[in-house]
Amino acid sequence: MLEYSVSIKYMLAGYTVFLAVPAVYLISLVIRVRNLKRDLQTMKEFQKKNPK
Amino acid sequence: MKPQPVALKVLNVVSVLLFLAALGMVFLYAPLEETMNYVQKIFYFHVANAWVGMLGFIAAAVAGVVYLVKHDQKWDIIELAAVEISLIFFITTIITGSIWARPVWNTWWTWDTRLTTATILEMIYIAYLLLRQGIEDPDRRARFGAVYTIIGAISVPITFLSIRIVSRTIHPVVIGATNGTATGSFNMAPQMLFTMFFALFTFSAIFVTLFWHRIRLGQLAQQVEQLKLEEF
Repeated sequence: MLEYSVSIKYMLAGYTVFLAVPAVYLISLVIRVRNLKRDLQTMKEFQKKNPK
Repeated sequence: MKPQPVALKVLNVVSVLLFLAALGMVFLYAPLEETMNYVQKIFYFHVANAWVGMLGFIAAAVAGVVYLVKHDQKWDIIELAAVEISLIFFITTIITGSIWARPVWNTWWTWDTRLTTATILEMIYIAYLLLRQGIEDPDRRARFGAVYTIIGAISVPITFLSIRIVSRTIHPVVIGATNGTATGSFNMAPQMLFTMFFALFTFSAIFVTLFWHRIRLGQLAQQVEQLKLEEF
């Protein structure tokens, strides 16, 4: 049988990963959306200034 | 970018609530396993992450097939979204498996059949993302992606079945008869089984939510790319 103190340590490490990895991914999604919105805005302004 | 539809907003809330409920079930409802005790609790989310990871890779292959039939870019966006999210869930599975293995197997890593096939699976789809970036033409990129994900999906059943086919493996089998060489197997109490299925359901809901968000991001990226192609 594993010692409780050892077992809890690894369990906490595991659940930290379960929370941290999706959290980092969510942050990356938010940043990418923000950057793309900015790019879209820039492109639209460029089109207004330089009509074909 | 259009505002989030009501269904997506509902899914956001439902996913968070389900996640909290699943955490509650793991820590308050599922009994403590006798030999591994607390570290066994990694198992519930570990299996759920692996499940949605594999599901997403299969979904990507289906999207690839549909793209090859219809030649509609929206299926490329769906395929990419499925692969990206599955990679996140699958890398979490590999890392948490390693954390569980340290006290149970007395090693962080061993080149066991399941661990090897899972690593190859992850590498295949990391390569997919890297290779896609090297193709500028959207149609060529989508065609490449479709063919790649269809062929890549072959590794999903291989990874799933590896511990059921190979007799000498250290990795326990969760559903079905485990073999004699597996280390870390345990008898699942009904509460453990129920918690596991609840975790599978929860992570499926989280997958759908993230998938939807990632598809919306893909649509926005396509819009920007289209404008750039028209201008430059």
